[in-house]
Amino acid sequence: MNLLIKNARVVDPASGTDARLDVLIEGGKITEMGPGIPEVKVGRGSPGSGSADAGQPRGEVIDARGKVLVPGLIDMHCHLREPGFEYKETIESGSWAGAAGGYTSLACMANTLPVNDNRAVTEYILRQAREKALTHIYPIGAVTKELKGESLAEIGELKDAGVVALSDDGKPVMNASLFRRALEYARGFGLTIISHCEDLSLAGQGVMNEGFVSTCLGLRGIPNAAEELMVLRDIALAELTGASLHVAHISTAGSVRAIREAKARGINVTAETAPHYFTLSDEAVRGFDPNTKMNPPLRAAKDVAAIVAGLKEGILDAIATDHAPQTAIEKDVEFDTAANGIVGLETALPLTLRLVQGGHLTLMQALEKLTDQPARILGIDKGRLKVGADADLTLIDLDREQVIDVRGFKSKSRNSPFQGWRLKGFGVMTIVAGRIVYRVPELS
Amino acid sequence: MADDPGRAAGWQLSDKPTARLAGKDILGIQEMSVAEIGLILETAESFKEVSTREIKKVPTLRGKTVINLFFEASTRTRTSFEIAAKRLSADTINISASSSSVVKGETLIDTAKNLEAMKPDCIIIRHSASGAPHLLARLVHVPVINAGDGAHEHPTQALLDLFTVREKKGRLAGLKVAIVGDILHSRVARSNIYGFTKMGAEVLLAGPRTMMPAEVERMGVRWHTRLSEVIPQADVIMMLRIQLERQGGGFFPTLREYSRFFGLNLEVLKAAKPEVLIMHPGPMNRGVEISPEVADGPFSVILDQVTNGVAVRMALLYLLVGGEREADRSSL
Repeated sequence: MNLLIKNARVVDPASGTDARLDVLIEGGKITEMGPGIPEVKVGRGSPGSGSADAGQPRGEVIDARGKVLVPGLIDMHCHLREPGFEYKETIESGSWAGAAGGYTSLACMANTLPVNDNRAVTEYILRQAREKALTHIYPIGAVTKELKGESLAEIGELKDAGVVALSDDGKPVMNASLFRRALEYARGFGLTIISHCEDLSLAGQGVMNEGFVSTCLGLRGIPNAAEELMVLRDIALAELTGASLHVAHISTAGSVRAIREAKARGINVTAETAPHYFTLSDEAVRGFDPNTKMNPPLRAAKDVAAIVAGLKEGILDAIATDHAPQTAIEKDVEFDTAANGIVGLETALPLTLRLVQGGHLTLMQALEKLTDQPARILGIDKGRLKVGADADLTLIDLDREQVIDVRGFKSKSRNSPFQGWRLKGFGVMTIVAGRIVYRVPELS
Repeated sequence: MADDPGRAAGWQLSDKPTARLAGKDILGIQEMSVAEIGLILETAESFKEVSTREIKKVPTLRGKTVINLFFEASTRTRTSFEIAAKRLSADTINISASSSSVVKGETLIDTAKNLEAMKPDCIIIRHSASGAPHLLARLVHVPVINAGDGAHEHPTQALLDLFTVREKKGRLAGLKVAIVGDILHSRVARSNIYGFTKMGAEVLLAGPRTMMPAEVERMGVRWHTRLSEVIPQADVIMMLRIQLERQGGGFFPTLREYSRFFGLNLEVLKAAKPEVLIMHPGPMNRGVEISPEVADGPFSVILDQVTNGVAVRMALLYLLVGGEREADRSSL
């Protein structure tokens, strides 16, 4: 099935393109980009002397006037829960959620059951992806066996099997010596390590940000320093080893400061944050809704402001969802015992666009953090619009307003703190390898 | 209630007519208005007398069922609620964590739904997790009373403390109330901070810095790290129970040192105002945060707190469950 997308405002951060163009997709690739691509095939040379199929339609024509066509979004940090927790999410359902949210590539974390710490699990994930997923799926392998932080996973084998990065996400590697070895060893295989920065001894039994709100609610707090200590440690180890470090889900002003300073010194470090960290503060926890519980926790308003500034300044390279599906079994319980995390794939784009609407980011900056940057960090050949590239594209209607209703989510889980929020700017069509995998009813 | 005991006590209930508690949940003092607190204290005055009668019972809540759902050990609070309900002629059922299906892995939500299906008129809950009463209140349609949730709130304790201070001092506004000890883990401290500041008193905190919660001054209080800084100016000194297991958590070195720097004894009390009130929510660690001579001494109102707890809880149950019709009052 070939597609011709007409009259779109094409925004491609990788090339800096922002222009009204048509895009032709043939055989799963972008074959032509330019103004005024004819809807029917034309022959070479003078009219009438064309090839045999001249005059034939070029495929489905989509009028994208008034809409923005961008490289398919890439989530470099999500939890698809398969294998092991298929009641929360599967690779299939997660890919539906991704497609509905405008994502064409998802990098899934290793904290499955069994853990993705060996070739067999990676191959299983890739097979499920091939057979059932609507989007591309990129597995992230574990740094340590069973995420225990005790001994290295078979990193070379994982790389061979197809992982694009390594992470014990959900847990830090507390042993600094082991993490140093992991960075060194992974560097030899060209893999970036994505670090979940949390000093467990300082975080203790905390369940939310430590601050005025935790004081009011009587919930045990997690100080900013629990994250910042480990960001600083990992930066020091990245400097020591020269390895490629990516810091996951940055939530504090101090972490942004540390990353800024590390980048200024030329250390090989990148960082991401998630939409909830620039949208919600710990004030959202009042009322004890377990859908406001995540790790790292929602921070104080000054941290939220620092995250926004860090994105604007480019200190924070990428926006990732940290999509963490949990069911009522994990969430309809006391706040203390509730599991961490929220689903994010179906709300990340409009929440990111709020930063554009608020004048904090340009559209180009916002999209760069959802496309080109995660592709670069993961080292995957995605995230750009050019002739010859895979036809992964997302069509966005910047003016489309919707009220978030978790009951309509494609994800198997419903744990979102954004239920009932009216947001503006949604993906209306998602194309993966030239195939339309999601479109709003108006476009069918 | 024609002669307003609130006014007699020196403060006004200007918006009293708007305070109405029937059917409401009591989850925390933070959400309560001055008028609501005032109404409860006033109502408790009339109920206090019931406990002095030879037949300590009124028929106000006859035919009503009150469930005490206690997920955490408690003697004083559970007994106080039970006596309060019984003196109002309600049927009471006590469910404690050890005897409930909690041990079988039933979630709080399932427990709540099952209890609601048996049509109680009020559920009183104590739970070690902050916010557990809020979860319960979202699910059941009858009034829920928080009898202590984690380190969050213990609203009925604050109400009985307010009642006791007002009874002894004749007023709340303008008083200086020192709360001393483990503020970080104390639901009693939080509810009392909200309660006393709302009623116009000034709250001073004292305790080790390790037990002072983050940004606590934003609750409208001043805090000190030395007991000697608050004792001379306090009209009321409320000592908090120090949980003995905190010793292992790095919050303070030893109980001996805690007692020396943060314990209230006769020597420390010498610097206090002559009419000072000594309070403790109990249970006390005698010889740790409070010496026996102080606990049993002339300034102590610790047992008055317990007595008043019954009156305040009777008032609360009456207002939530039975206070819809003025006619009910005639049964007093």
